Amino acid sequence: MAEPLALWPLLVVLGGAAVTYAWRALGVLLSDRIEAESAAFEWVACVAYALLAGLIARMIVLPLGPLAETALSHRIAAAVISLAIFFLTRHNLLLGIGAGVGALTLLTLGWG
Amino acid sequence: MAGDGGPPQGQQSSRQATRRAAAAQGAREAFGVPAIVLGASFLGFGALVREAGLSPWHGLLSTALGWALPGQVAMVELYAAGASLVAILAAVALTNARLLPMTVSLMPLLRAPGVGRAAYYLAAHFVAVTGWAAAMRQAPLLPAPARLPYFLGFVLVIWASSLAATAGGYYLAGAVPAEVTLGLVFLNPIYFMLVFAADARRRARLLALVLGALAGPLLYLVATDWSLLLTGLLAGSLAFFGDRWWRRRRAGPEAPEGGRRG
Repeated sequence: MAEPLALWPLLVVLGGAAVTYAWRALGVLLSDRIEAESAAFEWVACVAYALLAGLIARMIVLPLGPLAETALSHRIAAAVISLAIFFLTRHNLLLGIGAGVGALTLLTLGWG
Repeated sequence: MAGDGGPPQGQQSSRQATRRAAAAQGAREAFGVPAIVLGASFLGFGALVREAGLSPWHGLLSTALGWALPGQVAMVELYAAGASLVAILAAVALTNARLLPMTVSLMPLLRAPGVGRAAYYLAAHFVAVTGWAAAMRQAPLLPAPARLPYFLGFVLVIWASSLAATAGGYYLAGAVPAEVTLGLVFLNPIYFMLVFAADARRRARLLALVLGALAGPLLYLVATDWSLLLTGLLAGSLAFFGDRWWRRRRAGPEAPEGGRRG
């Protein structure tokens, strides 16, 4: 195991934090001249929503890590069940999430 | 924007009460499903930090100062693989590029008269999907001075839960059965999917979500590294202009019943 805060990994962690914050700071800078409810604001919001939707869809359809070992059909079925329960219970997040995670676990255990 | 020059004493204290109430509201809303889901995701990060042979302090520092999970995961995985600093930083930057449009679209909503620029540079550090989605939804419903406190109250709670979970995951690594790990990993995308599904009240944004969800996996197969940026730009612009075109058509001479929505 690494000694606490060895220099090389510390450099990696701090560098990673710096490039991450750079995007955020640049965002504040660029937002200076944008009014809420303007067309430019709405366009950037659309870009952000599309990007995040793409990221989430990718995490479900083409995941990395342990989820990659589950079947695509099981993940999609679980996502659909989760959405259905969420809307049937009038936006109950806990039940929606529980249904999705429960469905994937049961499907994977049952047909794995 | 309504500029106001120095409110009288009584108004000032009532404004402070508004801010405090908004921060408490944000904290309360975060203290529940958002804190649990984000905590579950950072448990996984803590475990990854341990597997990479790093100390728990590296993980905590990364969560405290970086706080953007996909970039943190990329960083630790590349570090463990022995990549060079330049390669690691380039990958982290590319992975976290989403933070740019997110920050640009959130900050105009949080602006209030009399708040200095430094406050927004501080708030920007806490821009990440969970808090961003909550503020994009709630901020327009709050009076301008309440918005930044609401956001900060919300994100400080989930930031704290992320830190606790990073440490917890480090010490729990390997002790969690595989089925539970599977559920924990699936929590994150499912939670975000539901949050966004509930959020789509404007047609342009709904369109952006649907097109983005379709384009994301497809473009990933074609252009792995740049797929997210391409998805955002292409699907987002298509949604934005599609919505405008639609609106203009409906506002035409023989506009059908209903008119435009939101």
